[in-house]
Amino acid sequence: MNNLIINQLAVKTEDKEILHGVDLEIKKGEIHAIMGPNGAGKTTLVMTLMGHPSYKVTSTDSHILINGEDIINQNPEERAKRGLFVSFQSPIEIQGVSLLAFLRTAYKSLHPNDKIPLSVFKETVKRALLDVSLPENFMSRSVNEGFSGGERKRAEIVQLLVLKPQFAVLDEIDSGLDVDSLKSIAQTVLKSVKEQNIGILVITHYQRILHYLRPDFVHILKNGKIVKSDGMRLVKKIEKEGYATI
Amino acid sequence: MQQFDTNPYEFGFYDKAKPFYKSPKGLSEKIVTEISRIKNEPEWMLQKRLAALKLFYAKPLPTWGGNLNTIKFDSMYYYVKPIDNQKRSWNDVPAEIKNTFDKIGIPEAERKFLAGVGAQYDSEVIYHSVSEMLSKKGVIFCDTDTAVQKYPELVKQYFGTIIPAADNKFAALNTAVWSGGSFIYIPPGVHVTLPLQAYFRINAKNMGQFERTLILADEGSYVHYVEGCTAPIYTTDSLHSAVVEILVKKGARVRYTTIQNWSKNVYNLVTKRMFVEEEGVGEWVDGNLGSQLTMKYPSVYLRGRKARGEVLSLAFAGAGQHQDAGGKAIHLAPETSSVITSKSVSKNGGRTSYRGLLKVIKGAKDSKSTVRCDALILDDKSRSDTYPTMDINEERVTIGHEASVSKIGEEQLFYFQSRGISQQAAEVMIVNGFIEPIVRELPMEYAVELNRLIQLEMTGSVG
Repeated sequence: MNNLIINQLAVKTEDKEILHGVDLEIKKGEIHAIMGPNGAGKTTLVMTLMGHPSYKVTSTDSHILINGEDIINQNPEERAKRGLFVSFQSPIEIQGVSLLAFLRTAYKSLHPNDKIPLSVFKETVKRALLDVSLPENFMSRSVNEGFSGGERKRAEIVQLLVLKPQFAVLDEIDSGLDVDSLKSIAQTVLKSVKEQNIGILVITHYQRILHYLRPDFVHILKNGKIVKSDGMRLVKKIEKEGYATI
Repeated sequence: MQQFDTNPYEFGFYDKAKPFYKSPKGLSEKIVTEISRIKNEPEWMLQKRLAALKLFYAKPLPTWGGNLNTIKFDSMYYYVKPIDNQKRSWNDVPAEIKNTFDKIGIPEAERKFLAGVGAQYDSEVIYHSVSEMLSKKGVIFCDTDTAVQKYPELVKQYFGTIIPAADNKFAALNTAVWSGGSFIYIPPGVHVTLPLQAYFRINAKNMGQFERTLILADEGSYVHYVEGCTAPIYTTDSLHSAVVEILVKKGARVRYTTIQNWSKNVYNLVTKRMFVEEEGVGEWVDGNLGSQLTMKYPSVYLRGRKARGEVLSLAFAGAGQHQDAGGKAIHLAPETSSVITSKSVSKNGGRTSYRGLLKVIKGAKDSKSTVRCDALILDDKSRSDTYPTMDINEERVTIGHEASVSKIGEEQLFYFQSRGISQQAAEVMIVNGFIEPIVRELPMEYAVELNRLIQLEMTGSVG
């Protein structure tokens, strides 16, 4: 319990098997990182966790458990309600729907018993925007519409902060951000891990953000399998030697 | 009320108000003469009606747009007068009629907020009140029948000059049997800062509604006129055929906002036109949700240098509905500019068509126009077409035309769902987001009502 368990996850997309049995356990309050070369299956893992319809689980031995409940046959909406969140690599634009309205609808759906008044909710969104150095007026702008690459990544973190999931997958949040932004976003994420006891899975191609996040566990995903797991020293090894030797 | 209980169309009710006078079914010279006589009209108006009736008989039905052959002109009532007198204050309006308006939900606050409220009940405006402030400024706001009696010179001078009876078959019909509608005159330099507003309804079985609106904005004046419609449900077809004529004089600005939600058996065939003179601004905001067939293309005739025109058209077509809507911009002078924006949503077998005309005459140099039409189709049963016509006879012009047809994508739905938002709620948000560029131009209470109506159309319930 209080964990996200991925068991023997095998997945295909467009008739090509990408993941060949991935195992992982993330406890609340832990930070895990998955690194891997291009084509290793990182995005497939992210999309499968959230239940994207284009990614098909191929084995009956595959399970994804949130706090003991198997969500493998649930749709994305149900998974979100179990406390799962993904910060997407390329979040889409939603014309005419303000970030505030979007978050408000999402929050009500995810936390139906929390009757938080609009004014208080607005404050929460405002603070989250401040935390990632986005101007306050972003809450009244259409979701991701006209946002730069970096702004989109930050807006995803805003959603993470506001929606209060139990487990969050952060897919390539470091691309499109400069060093200073990266540092401040990492600090924000760390704060929310502490305060809300979230379990985090960071997916990244680069090492940089990991120096700020200091994950408890680092896993290497290669050819659709986790080939090695260790701590931060694995990051240093990859910095030196690349993925080839692993 | 059984009908109301079993039908999802929320505003589909009608009360038991007894009409005061009802013309016999069908159309004839005798009936037109009788309408004019009951209204105690001057001879010139009767002659206009009779001449228009001949044109109506002579003109063929349009062969484009939607199917009009099912309209039974002979089995309709062309005039119903609900009560015998104009009532000056809301308190004097009969309870049964007031009840009907309560059901539409004209909020109390809105009545106080708005400068004037005119409500068309059956064929005649029953309630009209213009605040003293407006009267003092010389603003005239009354129903067109009253205007014929009280301001005959103004009406005679402009009536039918912007949209002549001969313009089309339905303009001829309206001219022959018109009743009600609003007459507005804004004196030079006067700005009416609050929107003027009227509600129209159809409320007698098989009755056509032919309101006639004439707005005259004198030089440098400003007015925003807002009109909203809901209609009861009937089992037989009903016809709404209005004519709206607007004159925007030099440097004046008029915005005309309509949200129409006729019940799904109504033919909504309306001719709307603005003449915009030098440096004037004419704007149509036109939303069509209900009716079985809408054919409506508000137009701006840019007649003076630097005149500007804008048409914002919104259409929503559900099962059994065809919304044939759009806009026309006619550039008749140099440095004129126009923008036409159309957004349409079709669902559950509904059909939307954008039909537009952009015309620039030789000599209308340095004119600019942008046409943008976007269609959102929600399922495979539904349909959307675009019929843009361009007639450009001047070389020194800047013309932009963009069109898009989209469906709600899997990726979009996935994104919403990943945040815990259901597919149905996501679709409502996407549709409301799609039409937002037009909705944001509406007065607040209309924007709220429109979003509520969209939700009702999408999910069958509000909440």
